[in-house]
Amino acid sequence: MGVSVAEVCSVVLLVAVLAWAVIRPWGWPEAVVAVPAAAVALGAGAISIADAGNEVARLGPVVGFLAAVLVLAQLCAGEGLFAWCGAWMARVANGRPDRLLIAVFVVASLVTAVFSLDATVVLLTPVVFATAARLAVRPRPHVYACTHLSNTGSLLLPVSNLTNLLAFSASGLSFLHFAGLMTLPWLAAIAIEFTVFRSFFARDLAVAAAPLHDASVPVAAPWFAIVTVAATLAGFVVTSAAGVNPAWAATGGALVLAVRAALRRRTTLGAIVGAADLPFLAFVLALAVVVRAVIDNGLDTALRGWLPEVGGLAGMLGVAAVAAVAANLINNLPAVLVLLPLTVQGGPAAVLAVLIGVNIGPNLTYAGSLATMLWRRVLHQHNHTAALGEFTVLGLLTAPAALIAAVVALWASLHVLGGGWP
Amino acid sequence: MTVIAWIVEATWRACIDAAGRHAPAEADIVVLHVTDADVADVAYGAYAGLIGRRHPHRDPGSKVQDLASAAAHELLDEAAARLARPCRKVERTGRIETEVVAAADGADLLVLARDGDLSHLGPRSISHASRYVIDHAPCPVLLVWPGTPPAISATAPPPHPPLRR
Repeated sequence: MGVSVAEVCSVVLLVAVLAWAVIRPWGWPEAVVAVPAAAVALGAGAISIADAGNEVARLGPVVGFLAAVLVLAQLCAGEGLFAWCGAWMARVANGRPDRLLIAVFVVASLVTAVFSLDATVVLLTPVVFATAARLAVRPRPHVYACTHLSNTGSLLLPVSNLTNLLAFSASGLSFLHFAGLMTLPWLAAIAIEFTVFRSFFARDLAVAAAPLHDASVPVAAPWFAIVTVAATLAGFVVTSAAGVNPAWAATGGALVLAVRAALRRRTTLGAIVGAADLPFLAFVLALAVVVRAVIDNGLDTALRGWLPEVGGLAGMLGVAAVAAVAANLINNLPAVLVLLPLTVQGGPAAVLAVLIGVNIGPNLTYAGSLATMLWRRVLHQHNHTAALGEFTVLGLLTAPAALIAAVVALWASLHVLGGGWP
Repeated sequence: MTVIAWIVEATWRACIDAAGRHAPAEADIVVLHVTDADVADVAYGAYAGLIGRRHPHRDPGSKVQDLASAAAHELLDEAAARLARPCRKVERTGRIETEVVAAADGADLLVLARDGDLSHLGPRSISHASRYVIDHAPCPVLLVWPGTPPAISATAPPPHPPLRR
């Protein structure tokens, strides 16, 4: 097959995979088209079996790591960890919406960093809403903060976002080195978000709450879950230092909680396998194979001219901006799969700049334009129409500033800790 | 005569008390609460962003919607109990300001409470939604202060001298 035919074929397959992910006919999983698309790419010769095998072998452990973290988060929810976070936030807020916002920023940033953005979106957002409702506080700023921080707060650890796991495996950094380099960018981006939220929602945050009942519901601290999570985090550091894949630490933590939940008959094997979300893992691997076919058949040379050279701060800002735009155009997961192979020879400075772009970028058009289309479809099913105006204004106020602050912070961290350039 | 008391989370007590005080004995009192649809929509949107891992039964938007509905019912029940008069409870969901204006169509009085920064007299003491309602209400409006209003000395000076015409 000629190069151009192979390229056209793989681009068509990628468009089909993404279109299916948006439309999801009959609610079928994304893997239903992604896996056959990968098979077609193989059969048509758009990607060799060896290259596809390498891609799957490289990403298999990454996807396994994600599955372990998803299971860990779900089991922690079962232990009452997020309900306890809600009670803590209510206590800290003490009837004041502005203090509740601070508590939400702390909890959402930490939950996203440790359990990945999925946990913040799926498990924490309803808890934050319930907390605001119990305090009789207008929930809008706090729920918005949750959704923004599920993106911005996901810069810190390799486990905080699937995009991080992909960048982590490409960067060659150790777990600790990655976390060390991303601490300042994480804090800088969160500080920008907080400053904007405080002034944007000033009137909503000014009225003192008038709860219906005593809002301080005592919730026993789920110590078993807290200790297990702390041990898992320590395990990341130890395995990383010992040169072992830190996915084993996450698996260990998930296993401990799974055994406890099974002994107490609070979960089943089916529920745990469900939390690991196998169709999603298959989708990620298949999408990676299709993207690889698109890149190898000419997209790399076509795109390389668009990417700035990462020699210093200006180049890093340029790469992050391109990544943010790509995340808005085609969602951050395909964007990071396309951009990583093109930037990996630029070293960790380039890879982490891409990561900042794809993680913070989605806040710009709320959840990325592809996701915004999905969102409008979902709202349509619930007979709502999306009020895009306010989200967009909030995104324009936070995302570019947070992106610049995070890249500058990364640049400073690279100068202090080193190891940024090849 | 129909009197609508539009209650919001933090200031509903003042609104209910004013409705009880000012509505004539024979008035038909409607206690209105509007749930902000944007909040559940934001949760739906964040979940839509998680491409590849959406399952309808895990959607946080639906959970937020259920929680919002339960909270609204509880608030309406508490408000009706505080009013201690026969009243109708009305729950709406949507864009707050347009829902309130629509609900006030044909009413004889709309009662609402200031719900912004209550430490100073002035425009910031009214939220954006309430400002819209006051501007667009198709009936007379009673605007009450929750608690004691700040002293008149707390008025901020006008930002610009008034225009001469």
